[in-house]
Amino acid sequence: MNITSAQYGTAELEPERGNTRVIATIDGVEMQVPLDPANRHYAEILRQVDAGTLTIQDAD
Amino acid sequence: MSKAAELAALIGSQSSLSNRNLIINGAMQVAQRGTSVTGITSAQYHTVDRNKLQVNTAGTWTAAQSSTAPSGFTKSIKYDCTVADASLASSDYVFNSYSLEGQDLQNLNYGTSSAKKITVSFYVRSNKTGTYTFEVQTYDGSTYYRNGKTYTIDSADTWEYKTITIDGNTSNSIIDSNTEGMTLFWWLAAGTDFTSGTFNNGTWVTSNTERVANTVNLADSTSNDWYITGVQLEVGEQATPFEHRSYGDELARCQRYYFKGEGDPSSRNYYGTVYSTTHGFVIIDFPVTMRAIPTIGYTARATSADFDSTSYNSVDRMAIYMQSTSSYVTYPTADAEL
Repeated sequence: MNITSAQYGTAELEPERGNTRVIATIDGVEMQVPLDPANRHYAEILRQVDAGTLTIQDAD
Repeated sequence: MSKAAELAALIGSQSSLSNRNLIINGAMQVAQRGTSVTGITSAQYHTVDRNKLQVNTAGTWTAAQSSTAPSGFTKSIKYDCTVADASLASSDYVFNSYSLEGQDLQNLNYGTSSAKKITVSFYVRSNKTGTYTFEVQTYDGSTYYRNGKTYTIDSADTWEYKTITIDGNTSNSIIDSNTEGMTLFWWLAAGTDFTSGTFNNGTWVTSNTERVANTVNLADSTSNDWYITGVQLEVGEQATPFEHRSYGDELARCQRYYFKGEGDPSSRNYYGTVYSTTHGFVIIDFPVTMRAIPTIGYTARATSADFDSTSYNSVDRMAIYMQSTSSYVTYPTADAEL
């Protein structure tokens, strides 16, 4: 899984909820990934963050 | 032993007479993503549901749902090498994989003295004869354990039926959750990172280098292809006839992991409802509760500055928020694969 960018996002309607997703470019496609550790895209993002090869930018 | 006693012994050795196949879509009937993908050079779910072709710098491949099949089946997966790699680097590989949730495997009693054997059976075909490696990998939450055996394709371009029994792992359990607990690998090519050790050949190991025997390199020619169908995984050491299920049953099981909405029969749109004077929601209930909160995809959507396809989703619905009072998405997908 080639992840070239990642940034946290908040809920458009309720930003006070805090981060609810990661907006990432995965294999060349922009995806919104839920913060569910069982989601394979989020699990891979966390793995690459742990490995030091990916940083998740703060939400705008 | 009398025939009646043999039958009784066989029945007694099996965990059940129905729902015994742990594999979903083993007859390769369901292909929600499409029936053919070309130019494959990486790991992804491509065509036939639940099957993942994984390639690491070992040629280029086409994956397809094929109508070439043995008697009793109408579909198979076909992997076709379109750019060859006759000289594999150490980390190169090609394999087909299938993953199962750990919570569905607790009846195997892994990690106990009563760990059960499992048997996989399948129909396979290739132009390239020789020895191939099949492997089971389990995960206990921290470590992967592997156990492989070989099978031989004896005749080119001929369907052959194979059965392989794997001993239960009495030392290491399988994680009890909705995440990956077991993965099956059909190796098609492997570099020395996976072959340089002594092949484990039916023993549970953790080392990468003992995973694959000295088997064929299916990536070595653009003439090469490989088919599989009729995959069954069952508890016990006896392979039983393939348990056919209806298309509807298999589709519903697949939709726990991947859902593709067909929508309006003309435009393939799902239309939304107005939420405010400026925004709308497209809400789609999933036909089956998904394994995890999925990643959402689509082929088109209403133009919208604000777009949130994720924050309001759960395992049983997607709710896509956008800045449009004519909100829609086209061919929405939800991916909760392992």
